[in-house]
Amino acid sequence: MLSSLLTSMPMDNDWISFDVVALGQNFWSATFDGLTFGSIYALVALGYTLVYGVLNLINFAHSEVFIIGCYAVFFTLSGLGFGPNAPHLSLAAIVLNLLLALIIAMIASALTAFLVERIAYKPLRKRNAPRLVFLITAIGVSFTIQYIIRLIRGPNAEPAVTMFKPTPIFDVFGTIVDSQQLVIVIAAVIMMVATERFISKSRTGRGIRAVAQDPDTATLMGVNKERIIIITFVIGGILAGAAALFYVMKIPSGVQYTGGFVLGIKAFAAAVLGGIGNVRGALLGGLLLGLIGNYGQILLGNSQWTDVVAFMVLVLVLLVRPEGILGTSLGRSKA
Amino acid sequence: MYRKKVVTTLAIAATLGMLMSSCANQAGTGTSSDTAAAGGKVDIPALTKIDTPANAVLPKGDGNATCPATTTLAYAGAETGPNAQLGINIFNGIQLAINEHNAANAGCQVQFKKFDTEGDPSKATGPVTQVTTEPGIIGVVGLPFSGESKATGNIFEQAKLVHITPAATNPTLTDNGWTTFFRGLGNDAVQGPAAAKFMTGKLGAKKVYIVQDDSDYGIGLGKTTSDGLGSALVGTDKVTTGQKDFSAVISKIMNSKADAVFYSGYYAEGAPFDQQLVSKGFTGTFVGPDGLKDDQFIKQAGDSSNNAYFTCPCIPGELIPSFESAYKTLANAEPGTYSIEGYDAATVLLAGIDAGKQSRADLLSWVKSYDKDGLSKHYKWNDKGELQAPTVYGYKVENGKIVPVGAIGE
Repeated sequence: MLSSLLTSMPMDNDWISFDVVALGQNFWSATFDGLTFGSIYALVALGYTLVYGVLNLINFAHSEVFIIGCYAVFFTLSGLGFGPNAPHLSLAAIVLNLLLALIIAMIASALTAFLVERIAYKPLRKRNAPRLVFLITAIGVSFTIQYIIRLIRGPNAEPAVTMFKPTPIFDVFGTIVDSQQLVIVIAAVIMMVATERFISKSRTGRGIRAVAQDPDTATLMGVNKERIIIITFVIGGILAGAAALFYVMKIPSGVQYTGGFVLGIKAFAAAVLGGIGNVRGALLGGLLLGLIGNYGQILLGNSQWTDVVAFMVLVLVLLVRPEGILGTSLGRSKA
Repeated sequence: MYRKKVVTTLAIAATLGMLMSSCANQAGTGTSSDTAAAGGKVDIPALTKIDTPANAVLPKGDGNATCPATTTLAYAGAETGPNAQLGINIFNGIQLAINEHNAANAGCQVQFKKFDTEGDPSKATGPVTQVTTEPGIIGVVGLPFSGESKATGNIFEQAKLVHITPAATNPTLTDNGWTTFFRGLGNDAVQGPAAAKFMTGKLGAKKVYIVQDDSDYGIGLGKTTSDGLGSALVGTDKVTTGQKDFSAVISKIMNSKADAVFYSGYYAEGAPFDQQLVSKGFTGTFVGPDGLKDDQFIKQAGDSSNNAYFTCPCIPGELIPSFESAYKTLANAEPGTYSIEGYDAATVLLAGIDAGKQSRADLLSWVKSYDKDGLSKHYKWNDKGELQAPTVYGYKVENGKIVPVGAIGE
């Protein structure tokens, strides 16, 4: 029934058609690439979710926290002699170089997040500004950082920095999984699990959850709210810095002043899809968004559908579950 | 205490990840042939010289021209924006023509003004309106891109202001009934079939996959190229401007076993696309049109760009020694794509000014009946504003530079 329905769809180029055969052929590669991108979304989504959980603020400047990390990766690696071509270095040298880039990107992003919080949000909090003002400020900060970068670095993308040549590791049903995909997914998932455990188990994590639940009571109980807010921004920045390294690894020529914008919107969508304010939701939402976008574009025949499909699914999920898939907020989550 | 643990975990996780990647990096050589497409790269030798018309009109003229001090030519097009380099190539070419003209003609100092559209159709109407309201401006070189040209043609038409595009190649631009629009190069109805012939002929491609972006330029050229390919076309896909991840498209290309990919769009997307294609093991030829033919493409795609060929209705200005050295002195760079077209278009307008055509109406009818050689080719337009004898050149990447391989599609 379903298949007859699908084949009876008009196949004219101007009409939407479902290419089930192509999806079948490309299913596994779409899955692996979707997961790879999804993990990057998820890492960035955590930054949105944590800040939202604590401050009920959508930090639209987070995409620029991410792109600053990308620039840090670019400058570190090109300073170390990496260029558009895969380096011919020993194993240890590459590992050390990438670790250094990772740490510098984390520091750069965390510092950006910290400064954004201190300069743009703290003064507003002190004056008890309405929530809408924070939102507009966030968008303003986002554009300000973008155009500062553009003034300094110009409108073109930076030259590619290739970290290593992806090589096949194993194959699943004839589709090759390469080293790059594996590194990104595994490293990202480990980082997210670590973040989740940190939020749920550590003393500071308990503080974050307490402030998320009820800032006033938390303050009365001896939690330093300002410190918790800073820590939240910094954690988001660190994760965005890690995401930046993986993003540049996947797309070596993606370092551009507008490069964070769309990715930031999608990561935000991922956070909403999974349930904003929920740490596990960000992970789930990110991976789902990566997969859905990839399946959708192959099913519908071209890449112009990636974002349309991803956001349509977002709308549909929100219609059924307005709180997102996992729904519960940071404060109330048991995790 | 716990925090320390987490940081350690993070560090270990990252290290492990990196280690794995590097192990793989060393161990996995020579196993990537499973998905590799058939066919290798055909090498066509680079061209080292081209012939220029003997009686080409040059900007300096006879040196006796006189004109009012307000006489101004304008460039409208990208100065900034993601594909700005093409615009920069063009206005440096115009600047060179105007400098040469003014140096030789003490009695006629033509001013030059630039208006930035960022190459974006939605932003172009503002600057173009500004151009038409400045009374001193009697001729314009621009706009470089097809989308913005389409969006602004009516504004020029209403102001009866002549404009010669040195780069916009979408064929439908001349179907709007505009009388002020002139195209200083071949359009995509010429370039597309030439590209198709180049791929299946000289490059020996049996299976070609076409990927186009969502710009007027990419869509138009994608269509004329696929029409020209016939049965050699094995698949098509569409991407968006600003897209950076092409993994889904690439997996379809690998499944189609294509031995050549044609990307119909601009370098901002084309460069990461080629880079990702090669890193996924594609061993065939990558072919792009004039929107990709820029040093930025090589800069952003790196080594991957070694598989790239370009088609372009532009003439390799760098092979004209006098032009090359003068441009280099002015711009501190080699002439780029469309530098010579910008130079020639400005020359047509300057020759009109020197001949006393110093109002918008006079200059418009001057261009309409123009029939002379420029440095790059012969300039004579039909009543729609298309050149009567356009040429398309093939280019390739060699040692990190774009070099011409000769005229194609004839």
